[in-house]
Order: sequence, then structure tokens, then C-alpha cells
Amino acid sequence: MSALLSLRNIWVEYGEKVVLENVSLDIEDRSFVSIIGPSGAGKSSLLRVVLGQEVPTRGKILLDDTPLPPECGPDRGVVFQRYSVFSHLSVRKNVMFGLECAQAPFTARLFGARRRAAQEEAEEMLHAVGLGDAMDLYPSEMSGGMQQRLAIAQALIKRPRILLLDEPFGALDPGIRADMHALITRLWHDYALTVIMVTHDINEAFSLGTRVLTLDKRRHDPHAPHRYGATAVYDLPLDRKEKPADLAADAAQSPGGNVDAATASSPSSITIDKDHNN
Amino acid sequence: MRWVNRKVGRTNAFIMGAIPIVLLMIVYLVLAGDRHAINPNDKILPLPSGMVAAMSDLVTQPDRLSGDYLFWSDTLSSLTRLFIGLGISTLSALLVGLVLGVLPPVRATFGPLVTGIAVIPPIALLPILFIAFGLGETAKVALIVIGIAPFMMRDIAAHIAALPREQIIKAQTLGASSWQVMIRVALPQAMPRLIQALRLSLGPAWVFLISAEAIAADSGLGYRIFLVRRYLSMDIIIPYVAWIALLAVAIDLLLTFSSRRMFPWAHGGDR
Ligand SMILES: Nc1ncnc2c1ncn2[C@@H]1O[C@H](COP(=O)(O)OP(=O)(O)OP(=O)(O)O)[C@@H](O)[C@H]1O
Ligand SMILES: [Mg+2]
Repeated sequence: MSALLSLRNIWVEYGEKVVLENVSLDIEDRSFVSIIGPSGAGKSSLLRVVLGQEVPTRGKILLDDTPLPPECGPDRGVVFQRYSVFSHLSVRKNVMFGLECAQAPFTARLFGARRRAAQEEAEEMLHAVGLGDAMDLYPSEMSGGMQQRLAIAQALIKRPRILLLDEPFGALDPGIRADMHALITRLWHDYALTVIMVTHDINEAFSLGTRVLTLDKRRHDPHAPHRYGATAVYDLPLDRKEKPADLAADAAQSPGGNVDAATASSPSSITIDKDHNN
Repeated sequence: MRWVNRKVGRTNAFIMGAIPIVLLMIVYLVLAGDRHAINPNDKILPLPSGMVAAMSDLVTQPDRLSGDYLFWSDTLSSLTRLFIGLGISTLSALLVGLVLGVLPPVRATFGPLVTGIAVIPPIALLPILFIAFGLGETAKVALIVIGIAPFMMRDIAAHIAALPREQIIKAQTLGASSWQVMIRVALPQAMPRLIQALRLSLGPAWVFLISAEAIAADSGLGYRIFLVRRYLSMDIIIPYVAWIALLAVAIDLLLTFSSRRMFPWAHGGDR
């Protein structure tokens, strides 16, 4: 088994409401998995479960064939749509935070040579995400795109096994978003990352991913909509090099490239092997 | 232009803010002048000259019995009580608020207790404090602490608990332990809020201080006011009240200023 991350029969339920039902996935090392699906399908729930923020009601998750502890940890990095940088720390200190926590358990601060080393490492990372000129700013002084760059740098400094992104570019304008796509693709290459990204932008899903997953309900009870949960209804591996450009274009037929319930569950022009993973 | 859109410059704001205060003083002077025209010995609305005369003894002459300059010794004892009370409250609010806000099990255990204490009217506890601590300084400080600390604790705890969940999660994915989340994420973000809570508590703190001094003390601004009340000495009461107002405003300004200096990131929006 070469899978880095395995989900085995994951169920997520909130009281009566079944959000995810029986999701099983194997995620390869260095893959870039895009997750799409209608709003409320449970994409964020799935990400929270992988992150360890929530414990699935049933099923288990293995990272490198060992069960994940039910808590967040430095092996899984995350970037949320908002609020994932510390507003009280400067850009440089935001990135140093991860290093300080690991090296100074009690004070969570570094001094002297170790501080300088951490600072250098942080600055190098900030240059890599294009924030070399913004080291001393506070997040409130930066644009949304810069804040997301910072959030990415902050996560990458820990060299996580998996990087989880929940609509990381959802709040950015198209121009900035294109820059961010280039950035994340480059980082994914350079740092040999494994990425799971939730998005509403189907273009983004196809152009960045090596694999696109669609979460949706397979069954629907009109009298009790909470009865059935979503699962991976389409699982489409893409070979990045040979990926036909028009596939992504076709997939993005809905206005603005946003997926909604209708386009997600009946993609007319893509031929997908349904239920690929079952 | 709609009133909601009208901006006021700095100088104008100063002038506009001064107008009602000056008007109030003029009204007072006119009324006092009228009463003094009828009865030159009127005690209810003393003229500024009368206040200066009455106060100058307290400010510049040592008291015949104790040898203290009463105005200054009153100020010193009141401020000492106030600052000790505020200090204890602030520290305990920070500590308790932090652990209540960050650690759900602690919140579940002690949250109801703090809330319970916060809803008791502190003045109702004053007899208990006097019985428990005697009539000395401890009871007065304790009244201030009991009066404002629970409010501040709840405020800080609520503020920390309302920090975006994403931040706490992010900190953990960066390797932070509960302790590190507490000191590096929650504590710094609680500080500006703590100063805010302290500013809001300043008013109640003065109320509790003056009440405690009115009931049992041998010096203090509140003690003096209630002492001279028996002789209808408005010429002392009014300057004392004005002095208390001045001190309160000065402390408030100092807190605002230091918050802006120390936590510029928290005031980004209003620059
Ligand atoms: N803590 C919770 N308690 C109860 N229900 C919840 C909770 N969290 C999420 N849900 C429900 O689970 C469902 C899936 O939520 P989730 O946030 O995972 O959807 P999503 O696919 O990320 O949607 P979106 O695209 O809008 O972000 C929603 O119907 C939501 O109401
Ligand atoms: Mg979501």
C-alpha cells in the first residue's frame, strides 16, 4: 500500500443529520486532490475530519498506515478561507511561530542564535511565497491575497505531510487568484507536497488537481433530507501532463466556474467513470 | 449632507466638546451669583472664590490634629485603594479569563461560579466584607475587587472564547500545545480587550471606593465628601467631585494611550 492517507468507511453525523456516509479514499503521496460538490455537501466536514479538528462518528483514518490521533498536529497543515493568520503578529513572526513552538516548549519564544536561525528560515519561506517585502507588516495592513500567501508560508514552514486547503482562494479576485494558482503549483512541486483542496471553482479544481473528487448525496429522501449523507460520487484521476485543456473548460460551463448541485451531479460533457473508488 | 455623514475635524471637535461644559459652568455661575445677591452667605451654590478659599486650607495647610495636608493625603489614600483594587482585579481577570476562555473543561467547572458571583450586587456584600476583614483597608480593596473582577473575568473569557476557531486550530497545526496557545495566541489578543474592560470598570470601581470610604474610613476623597456634607460644605464637595472626575479622565486617557502604543495591531481600524 503506497497510500499516504487512507480513509476507511468514514461517517460524519451531527445528531440525526448524516453529513458524510461511508467515505473511503486512498490518497497517494504527492498528489493534489481537488474536492468539489454542492454547498453543504460536507466538503469542509471531510477536511475537518482529516485535520483532526473533528472525530468521525464511524470509520478510521490512517496516515502512513498508523491511525491518526483525534487532534490537530503539525503533520497536517491547513489554510482556511479566512482567519488563518494571527492578527497580533507581524508577517515574519507569524511564520516563526511554528518554529518557536517546536523549539521552546515553555516560552514559545527563541533568543540569540536560535532566534536568528528561525528568522532566516522564515524569511526564506516568505521570499518563496512572494512576501519578501512585507515582513514587518501586520496582517490587517495586507490585502486578502497577501494574507493567504502568509497563511501558506506559515503552514509550509512546518513541512507538513499533507496540506489541507479549504476554499483558500475563494475570497480573492480572479487576477490574484491566477497568481495564487501559479504559486501553489510551484510550491507543490518544489516542496513535494501532498495537497487536499476544497473549492467551489471547478476550473481551479481541474487545473490544479491531479485528481478531482465530487462529494454529493447518492440517495435523497425528500421527506427527511438529513437521512442520507454525501459520499464521493465521482472520483476522477487526471494526468496533469496529458490533461486535455478543453476538459477543464467544459467542466467550467456553469457561469463563473462555480459548481452547484445541478452541475455537480450531472456533468453533461465529461465522461467520468462513476464510483471510481468503489 | 446627512448628519450621519458629517465629519468633524480635530480642532472643531475640541471646540464643540467644550461648548456644553462651558455653558454648564456659566449657568452655574449665574445661578450662584443670583443666590449670593440675595444671601451673601449662601452655602448651597458657592462661588469659585468661596471654593478656592475653602480648598486652599486643605491643599496648602497641614491639618492641626494629624499634621497631614488633607487634600493630598485623601487623594493618596483613595488612589492607593483604587490602584490596588484595579491591579488585583486586572491580574485575576487575565488569569481566570485566560484559562476559562481557552480550556473548555475549566470553563465548564468554574464558569457558573464566576457568573454567580457577578450577579450579586457587591454593595450587598459590604457588611460581610467589613465583618470578615474589619474596617481597615482590606475590606475597601476587597469591595472594589468583588465589584469589578467578575465582570472583567467574564468579559475576557468571552472575548477569548470568541476568537476565530480557525486561529486555535491553525496554532495547533503549527505544533502549539494548550499552554503555547494560551500564552502566544490568547494572551496577546486578550491584552487590548483587558485594557478596554479596565476602562469600563473604572466607573464602578470609583463607585465602590467612594461607598466604602463613606461608610468606614478615616481618610480618602469619599470619606471627606461625606464628612463635610454634615456642614453643607458645598465649597469643598464640588471641588472634590471635580477632582475625582479629573483623576478618572486622566486614568482613562492614560489607558487609551498605552493601549495604542503597546498594541498598534489592535487599533489598525481607527487610524
Ligand atoms: N457543528 C455542526 N453541527 C451541526 N451541523 C453541522 C455542523 N457542522 C456542519 N454541519 C452541517 O453539515 C453539513 C455540511 O457542512 P460543511 O461545512 O462540511 O459543508 P461544505 O460542503 O463545506 O459547504 P460549503 O461549500 O458551503 O462550505 C451542513 O449541512 C451543515 O449544516
Ligand atoms: Mg465549506
